[in-house]
Amino acid sequence: MLAESLALSAVLFTIGVIGVLTRRNAIIIFMCVELMLNAVNLTFVAFSRYYGAAGQVFVVFVMTVAAAEAAVGLAIIISIFRHRQSVDLQNINLLKG
Amino acid sequence: MMGEHYSLFYMFHFYFFGVVSIASALAFVTRKSPVTAALWLVNTMFSLAALYVLLDAQFIGVMQVLVYAGAIMVVFLFVVMLLNLGHPSEIADGRGKLPVFVAAVIGIAMLAEIMTISRTHIEAHFAVPKGYAVTQMAQYGAVGSVARPLFNEYLLAFELTSVLLLVAIAGAVVLGRRKDANAR
Repeated sequence: MLAESLALSAVLFTIGVIGVLTRRNAIIIFMCVELMLNAVNLTFVAFSRYYGAAGQVFVVFVMTVAAAEAAVGLAIIISIFRHRQSVDLQNINLLKG
Repeated sequence: MMGEHYSLFYMFHFYFFGVVSIASALAFVTRKSPVTAALWLVNTMFSLAALYVLLDAQFIGVMQVLVYAGAIMVVFLFVVMLLNLGHPSEIADGRGKLPVFVAAVIGIAMLAEIMTISRTHIEAHFAVPKGYAVTQMAQYGAVGSVARPLFNEYLLAFELTSVLLLVAIAGAVVLGRRKDANAR
């Protein structure tokens, strides 16, 4: 089941990347990042069957980082929304050179 | 690949949840409304949890449902509700022709790369003995087989995780606070 799991993970990760590149809503882009993290987790779990439980430990770490990232990222989005009244990334070009 | 045989029951459920997760992910990136997209993503995460259980990672499956579907997605939906973004709007649209084309090219290239990598085979001297996960599970239980490496080999990383969470909490509080003085 390793090859199937890795293929599924690749498909999910690619869907996440395409979502990040094509969507403009900042919240949906964040959700696409979560989808990519999930795809990576699937890879870890699939390999942990063959290389020991350390892969599952890494999944726990990835989940922690995802939770921290969601908290900070959504706080940034709320903060941006207060200033701009929008979460459209077309309007957020403060750091553009 | 390891020459393993799986029952038809197992194969059916593996492919079923795989197809469900891909279909939900596709529905997720194509929906206009953020709430609909979030619910499709929850569906993807549930089917991934089922796949984790099929891959002998029951504890991770439970964590997936509790943390991802239960906590993180609720936070996302909470922000969507707070900012009143629940209805489909023009900002949910794609960015035009060129980025979609670039996304398609990058997507196909990455898919090809990772598919090539997934054709790899396990190095025999790295791999744990066959049925290792099942024996670990029988010896230490589903939680214990994850907890033992977590609190032995990866103890330092685990402790640093708490610092990361503390920083994230502090950052969220600082970012979420109103800057103007008369707000409070």
